[in-house]
Amino acid sequence: MIRSLHRWFGLIAAALVTVIAMSGTALSVFPALETLTMPASQQISVAELAARIQAAEPSVEQIRRAPTGRITAYYFDGDQPVSSVIDPATGRLVGSANTTTFERWLINLHRSLFLNDTGRLVAAGGAAALLTLALSGLSLLARRAGGWRLILKPAKGTGDGRLHAVVSRLALPGLLLSSLTALWMTAATFGYLPEGAGAPPFPAEVSGATGVPVGTISVLRRTSVDTLRSLRFPAADNATDTFTLKTDAGEGFIDQGTGALIAWQGSNWVDRVTDFVVMLHTGRGMAWVGLLLGVCALAIPILSWTGLTVWFAGRGGKKGSSASARDADTIVLVGSDGGTTWKFAETLSKSLSVQGMRVHVGPMSAFEPARWARARRLILLTATFGDGEAPASARGFLERLRRTPVRQDLSLAVLGFGDRSFPSFCGFAAEVARVAEEKGWNMLSPYDTVDRQSIQDFARWGRNLAQALGRSFELNHLQTRPKTWDLSLASRRDYGASVEATTVILRFSLPKISIRQRLTGKTLPRFEAGDLVGILPQGSNVPRFYSLASASSDGFLEICVRNQPGGLCSGQLTTLEPGQTVSAFVRANPDFRPARGRRPVILIGAGTGIGPLAGFARANRARRPMYLYFGTRHPASDAFYAEELSNWRTEGRLVDVVAAFSRTVNPTYVQDVLRNDGARIRKLVATGGQILVCGGREMALGVAAALSDILTPHGVDLAILKAEGRYAEDVY
Amino acid sequence: MRTKSMLAVLAITTALTVPSLALASQVTFTTNMRSFGGNGAYLAYYVTDGQGKYVGSLWMAGGKARYYEHLNGWYRATRGATREINGITGASVGSGRTLKITVDLADTLFDAGYRLHIDSAAEDMQDSPNEVVVPLTSAGAGHAIKGSRYIADFTYSR
Repeated sequence: MIRSLHRWFGLIAAALVTVIAMSGTALSVFPALETLTMPASQQISVAELAARIQAAEPSVEQIRRAPTGRITAYYFDGDQPVSSVIDPATGRLVGSANTTTFERWLINLHRSLFLNDTGRLVAAGGAAALLTLALSGLSLLARRAGGWRLILKPAKGTGDGRLHAVVSRLALPGLLLSSLTALWMTAATFGYLPEGAGAPPFPAEVSGATGVPVGTISVLRRTSVDTLRSLRFPAADNATDTFTLKTDAGEGFIDQGTGALIAWQGSNWVDRVTDFVVMLHTGRGMAWVGLLLGVCALAIPILSWTGLTVWFAGRGGKKGSSASARDADTIVLVGSDGGTTWKFAETLSKSLSVQGMRVHVGPMSAFEPARWARARRLILLTATFGDGEAPASARGFLERLRRTPVRQDLSLAVLGFGDRSFPSFCGFAAEVARVAEEKGWNMLSPYDTVDRQSIQDFARWGRNLAQALGRSFELNHLQTRPKTWDLSLASRRDYGASVEATTVILRFSLPKISIRQRLTGKTLPRFEAGDLVGILPQGSNVPRFYSLASASSDGFLEICVRNQPGGLCSGQLTTLEPGQTVSAFVRANPDFRPARGRRPVILIGAGTGIGPLAGFARANRARRPMYLYFGTRHPASDAFYAEELSNWRTEGRLVDVVAAFSRTVNPTYVQDVLRNDGARIRKLVATGGQILVCGGREMALGVAAALSDILTPHGVDLAILKAEGRYAEDVY
Repeated sequence: MRTKSMLAVLAITTALTVPSLALASQVTFTTNMRSFGGNGAYLAYYVTDGQGKYVGSLWMAGGKARYYEHLNGWYRATRGATREINGITGASVGSGRTLKITVDLADTLFDAGYRLHIDSAAEDMQDSPNEVVVPLTSAGAGHAIKGSRYIADFTYSR
């Protein structure tokens, strides 16, 4: 509901709000410029100021003080009316006070799109839309973060969705303020607010005398220039006229013969609120607020663009159900908010159709097994929204699953889509799988997850599915083949032959680039340790991803690969000889790397997971406290990076290295050494330390359990650390 | 060029109320604006008697009551009472434009010491009360009066 409200308001209002915001940003500069260029203010009384101006310019009719502090005098030059900025120190003119045509053009665009009252109402509609978007967006941000208490934690996710979240969170206070004050100002303009105090009744009796020198009027002598709004002199030929004084406190009339204040009306709360609102909105009198709001308004085009992109990416692919639910033998149901999961469903549906199956794709909300006469297989692909909630197209699914009787002739597979950096990764999918198993559904293949739209995870699940179906197919979700570079192997280090698990550290040289390539930007992108390299093995179009153990500044690209029995890519890589090449590309993985600063970092890994951790240590030239805990099989066969580790320790790039060996007389695992070191880990986390875990899924589960045992009794929640970006996993 | 027409007889004070249209005649006010360069100017047209006492309003160019205080003369006389201008309010008048309005004025208003006032003001610019003050006389009809700030000239014709 809130989501579609946000989406539709955004789509409809994007262009309008962008125009208003951009003109607002441009306008925000003017008060600051005015404040910078106007003459210095003076701590004098209105009487003194008026006397100085009148001495310099006897025909002065009116003096106004803008909220910025700029003082303007209106007078006649011959019969030509003139307005000039005044230097209050001398009373002399220092320049024209006319608003420039450009500023006036901007103001009229900003508040009325050059359409007068109609335009003002349209612009106010834009402000109302912005307010709706800001409030609904705030609630979506909270849900996205996993709750209100996590809303200020670093944003998770990737791409445009993340940019949208990051930018909106920064700009939200400004946008809320701008839209609320805009609505107040519109209401004031159209007279929808309670009445201001206004002017007092004009006095029926005046002295009839004229000629009191303005500098001697006592009420003006008591009034500081800082509170002045305007002072109007009596008309020259009219003895019944008066001085008219307006200040922050109210307005009144002063007899031009006696100098007495003969009528006064104090301002009321509506006046004061409106003045404050106008000051906030325009920045006149508070230039820095204006500039801040102007900067916040810059977020609007970014938010419009990323919002549209996210919406557009989520569209499409939802159609394309090839068979009706009644005829299909395979039902694929999708739980999705954005729409990326639909695209995976599309890929699955295509591959299964090629295998001759009749596939129906639909939303999870269409879960009606009774109607699926010919169905034999049900495959659920579902994302998770926020803190383990059902995504939009799966609303009510769990209740229906609990109610619906099990169909023994229908076997079920559940695949969760999510982002490991969120606290409740695939929470909804896991719950669906648990309920289904509990109710006794036949499982077609084990529950699995896809992290951050990983085509590799998806392909791995696909292999299991193919096996379960007794078929041979590959799920390739790669829409377009990425641009790859040929990397040549420079050196290899072999381990593990004695335990029959060949593991190699492969070091590739970076491709030589010509000046032309460098100029045209066609070089391998820069990378850091912890980023991913995708390698396309010969005979497959599905890339396999490996975590990088080096940064591009090291001058080489290093990965740690273990030969998987029957693995296509690992088989090719572990037999690669120096001089041979592979096709590869680089993907950023910004959530998995040490945060900036000097806080301690705890690196935990096992097996080839040591690769990126070694890369982090290698890059630790600043010697921040880093601790490495790693598990491997045997010190004799699997001493990955042994020499480097001891060097880095001597150099201070690592404070301590603790290893666990699982194939020795006393087998220990990395979670065991963590438990032994519980006190130290607690201390490091208490001082703001960050934990980075890399390795297999089983190990990651064991490590998470061990860390929970260590930290939870002391009031530290792993989910909170994760939300803060202080606990990150790179798991395969 | 804007033309406003108004059929209602101006019922200024009971003494001047005319019993029938026969004693009223159509009067056209033509106001040429200077190129003052800002947003549309507000103009208040009103009449005072021989003692300078406010008698009634004839036209208000500009629709937003919150800006009427800048038409100081009119505002002082009426305390900003919008009932004074009910049904005789139009749009503000742009820089360099002309406003033409036709009103049915009681003949007794002419040659009897009554004066027509025009107050003007525009956003972020000087207020210009009594920019035009002209006695209503038969002889004065058709003669252009110069304004000082926003109004280039003003003519009334019967």
